[in-house]
Amino acid sequence: MSHNAFITEERIEGDADGALAGRTVAVKDNISTAGLRTTCGSTTLEEYVPPYDATVVERLKAAGATIVGKTNMDEFGMGTTTETSAFGPVENPAAEGRVPGGSSGGSAAAVAAGEADLALGSDTGGSVRCPAAFCGVVGIKPTYGLVSRYGLVAYANSLEQIGPLAPTVEEAAELLEVLAGSDPNDATTREPPADAETDYAAAADGDVSGLTIGVPTELLEGADDGVRAIFEDALAELEMKGATTTAVSLPSVEAAVQAYYVIAMSEASSNLARFDGVRYGRSGEGEDDGNWNESFAAARDVGFGEEVKRRVLLGTYALSAGYHDKYYKKAQDARAWVKQDFDSAFESVDVLASPTMPVPPFERGESLDDPLQMYLADANTVPINLANLPAISVPAGETDEGPVGLQLVGPAFGEATIIRAGSALS
Amino acid sequence: MTVDDDEVRHVAQLARIDLDEEEVDRFTEQFGDILGYFQALDDVPAVEPDPDLANVMRADEVDEGLTQREALRNAPETEDGYFKGPTVS
Repeated sequence: MSHNAFITEERIEGDADGALAGRTVAVKDNISTAGLRTTCGSTTLEEYVPPYDATVVERLKAAGATIVGKTNMDEFGMGTTTETSAFGPVENPAAEGRVPGGSSGGSAAAVAAGEADLALGSDTGGSVRCPAAFCGVVGIKPTYGLVSRYGLVAYANSLEQIGPLAPTVEEAAELLEVLAGSDPNDATTREPPADAETDYAAAADGDVSGLTIGVPTELLEGADDGVRAIFEDALAELEMKGATTTAVSLPSVEAAVQAYYVIAMSEASSNLARFDGVRYGRSGEGEDDGNWNESFAAARDVGFGEEVKRRVLLGTYALSAGYHDKYYKKAQDARAWVKQDFDSAFESVDVLASPTMPVPPFERGESLDDPLQMYLADANTVPINLANLPAISVPAGETDEGPVGLQLVGPAFGEATIIRAGSALS
Repeated sequence: MTVDDDEVRHVAQLARIDLDEEEVDRFTEQFGDILGYFQALDDVPAVEPDPDLANVMRADEVDEGLTQREALRNAPETEDGYFKGPTVS
């Protein structure tokens, strides 16, 4: 238990039987567990104990899983390295001295180190897929609306989904089957179309004969040489097994990182307004001179870490008078453009493939002083959230600097297709 | 793109987050870089969005909610079954 993967280690036993009976699951600490503290990796929620279970937690228990603890994460999900946690950084069990990726770094590390059979993460802009790639495990970001967000502490609601992490594609698919389903408590959940294949675990049959894989040139351009070589080898393996590959172009992704950060920060500035130190959250330590605003500002100064402050402030800026049209509205235009680009691509290919991360795992501390450099590392994952699509990251190999993930993206509710393709590599 | 320290202080005040002087200096520099990078959004073409929207309705039925005790459990301060906020002068 030396990787600091958990913030709280406590067992919650599930029902006696079910699809996950006998399996242990680690749950990211922004997913509510009744009676067990849920910190979001933040000082402000250090002592917060939810009065109810998230829908996914109810589903885990009903499926017979045993929850083994709440995993460490970038504060409120804001980071790509799991170094912004108020509970200290997580180490990468698969690459010593390097970060595990983020923001679900604790969940990926717990699975990679064998501290849990399976784990739940949340993915707003790559937060399941990035740590899966860096720790050499499998992670799935479901289609927006497939999995309930009820009980997930919101960072950017329009982008995020809860998703599974596991050692193999088949196990991740089994967990996804338990998580998926509409929920009266989350009006953004949707049933997959009637003709969608939803037997996800059975789809992990490795059969890629006849599959057409599109490779977006824009998502390869910025990739590190070592990462690119491993990606090409993985594609060659899929071709050997009967898939065909073809280059495609997605010009809109050049604006995706900008659009993603403007939208995510704007939504965060609104969502995090609730942490005022009155209903929950740490209260301020300043003089109580009768000014509520000063009292809230003091509470939020001690409760939030630097990356959270940075994003809330930039989001507030992007939504403020005079700047809304320039940033937020243009970001929404870019989001529509990205979505349209992916829709056209799927007219001629079955799945899209790219390296999950353009770079190998960073050395610890490397990216902390330059937030913009950290944001740029999300170039290949954020377009998928903007387009509401499903994607999987599967281990593709290792460079001297650590594991490399292959990302496969499918059309909406095409989880079975990306699971099938991903399982051909394992 | 440049941002000055007064703009950072103003936006921090809007967001109700106190900053110390070091944070103001650091954010002033970083926000210039980040907002400069966001300028690329100016070149995004107008796209006719094609939203796939459906109303999600449910019956308006009374359901169980949190008890008062559960709702107050995480408040730093309460009094007589209420949340206690800072004094209003």
